[in-house]
Amino acid sequence: MRTRSNAVIAVTVAAGAFAAIWLAMRVQGPAVAQVTTPGRFPAYTPARTADGKPDLNGIWQSLTTANWDLEAHGAGAGAYPQLLGAWGAQPGGQSVIVGGTIPYRPEALARRKANFATRTTASVPGDGVDPPTGDPELKCWMTGVPRMMYMPYPLQIVQTPDAVLITQEFNGNTRIVRMNWPEETPVDNTFFMGWNRGRWDGDTLVIDVTGLSDKNWLDRVGNYLSDTAHVTERLTLVSPYHIAYEATIEDPRVFSRPWTIRFPLYRRMESDVQLMEFKCQPFVEELVYGRFTKKPST
Amino acid sequence: MSRRLGISLGVLAIVLAGVSILGARGQLSWLAGALAGKTANAETWSAPRTAWGDPDLQGIYNYGTSTPLQRPRQVADKQVLSDEEATKLQSDLAYRLDRDRRDGGAQADVSRSYNDAWMDPHRKTLTADKRTSLIVDPPDGRIPARVERKLTPEQEKARVEADLSTRRFNTGFQESYKDMDVGNRCIIRRRNEGGGHPYLPAIYNNMAQIFQAPGYVVIYAEMIHFARIIPVDGRPALPDNVETWLGDPRGHWEGNTLVVETRNFISPDEVGRTGVVYGNANPKTYRIVERFTRVGPETVNYEVTLSDPETWTRPFTIMVPWNKTNEQIYEYQCQELNYDMYHWLAGAREREKRGEKFNPNAPDARGDDGVE
Repeated sequence: MRTRSNAVIAVTVAAGAFAAIWLAMRVQGPAVAQVTTPGRFPAYTPARTADGKPDLNGIWQSLTTANWDLEAHGAGAGAYPQLLGAWGAQPGGQSVIVGGTIPYRPEALARRKANFATRTTASVPGDGVDPPTGDPELKCWMTGVPRMMYMPYPLQIVQTPDAVLITQEFNGNTRIVRMNWPEETPVDNTFFMGWNRGRWDGDTLVIDVTGLSDKNWLDRVGNYLSDTAHVTERLTLVSPYHIAYEATIEDPRVFSRPWTIRFPLYRRMESDVQLMEFKCQPFVEELVYGRFTKKPST
Repeated sequence: MSRRLGISLGVLAIVLAGVSILGARGQLSWLAGALAGKTANAETWSAPRTAWGDPDLQGIYNYGTSTPLQRPRQVADKQVLSDEEATKLQSDLAYRLDRDRRDGGAQADVSRSYNDAWMDPHRKTLTADKRTSLIVDPPDGRIPARVERKLTPEQEKARVEADLSTRRFNTGFQESYKDMDVGNRCIIRRRNEGGGHPYLPAIYNNMAQIFQAPGYVVIYAEMIHFARIIPVDGRPALPDNVETWLGDPRGHWEGNTLVVETRNFISPDEVGRTGVVYGNANPKTYRIVERFTRVGPETVNYEVTLSDPETWTRPFTIMVPWNKTNEQIYEYQCQELNYDMYHWLAGAREREKRGEKFNPNAPDARGDDGVE
């Protein structure tokens, strides 16, 4: 009896402690160590650069299916199964979103539906279609942040004290993360890859991305964000071979609350591995501009 | 303004120091000789290194200048200008390059509608060393003569096709996106602006940022957002069958100089009407060797030697100073906002609908066919 009541007390105390920690985490926001999936990565002291920061240099790649659909999805035929068969098909995948789904505002769902319906119909710059139709990836446009981080192509991080370059194989998508940059955006403009400001929060590289183009999509099914979005990314080395990656998206125009994407980036380990060139513009010209080319006279 | 002048003078001193370094290697002996009297004032300066011991080339640079690639005929006998001559040439060139001028009639006016606000102001300034050409070798400052080649029937057919394509473009009768050059197609810069490289001054976006990490130098060019990742870890080149628009670079250090050799260029028949390497050389026999040397806190000298025994009668070397800038590099959107492609193609279809016909012999049909 006594033993049992002690156990009850112990459990109660433990629960109280957990509640207190949970509350503290809630109050302090994402700064507390919620960057890794608890228990998946043991504590790790990262290798450091000459200026004492965790060394994120290297070639990395995600292994999610989020580029097809951020949310959970079953396998499915691609857009043109009669042409591409299993080549064009979509693999099934689990959600990379904390909580599973994207909290759209009800009125923002219409554009997602329209995006999906027209995802393979490529509008061209100048034809007056607004918002443009066709997945930006399909048209070989820059694919924005955070999408570049979970496309099925490797990316390379080149880390310096003043600026971190993140460049991706697809279309040479690149962003320069200016460290400790004071202003939000220096010019009244938007960028497909956003305006990227970096800072170190302990051993985590935090990147604030604003000034994103409202033409960006988040995946092939037409999830999107607007030019009022603020994306906060957190990159934490959790082993020599893994970065815990997390992106929180705030965009009150489109979403009812901030939401978070979370997955690991894996270090590419092949010897002499390098980013290959993927200049996709020549691959999409017929799709995008074919309807404006001269047809043989009849 | 005075700050700017101070920087220019600083750059001049540094370039002079760099000239003496290069001169010692024999690359620019004539230039070093011409400037010998002035190098005495150059302060002692040692090139910085990264924490892991590589020469440190990092920074944001602008390589715009009005110094022409080839030496103009009127100064054919001069490799370096006097102060007075330089002032006059710079002001003449600046006037000629000014796109806000209103003289010359309506047609000239329209052709300048892409006005000075779009242009890099650095393109109106001569290099600080007052050379008459960016080409430093051969000594006449001109691109060497081209090798006379007898074309095979297939090559002759391809040449005629390419010429017709150019004429369709020049007269606004583009049949296809393939009648546009690689710059208009947003693949790489136009070949006479260097393509991906050599990095040659153009009307705008002469910006590059150099990043370094152990084993890598990365040159991020603003134009068509291109991060060129150069391994400097001694790894082998890619196999020959891997072809790329921008080539696959490998670097190594020679003293304080980064030496980059680039190969694996795509063949012209893969790419529509133009090849991707400078001078429409044969990508299989073309060789490009680039040398980056920091010659002072504000300047990296960019020296590039191009050769192709099937194209030029001898190799030639171009030297462009890259000057540090306080400006930032911004995102260059190209295909994402390429209104031109739609306007050109839809316009050509509209003209056909109205019964207009392509005339390959129209006065404005012949133009730059990409052969420099």
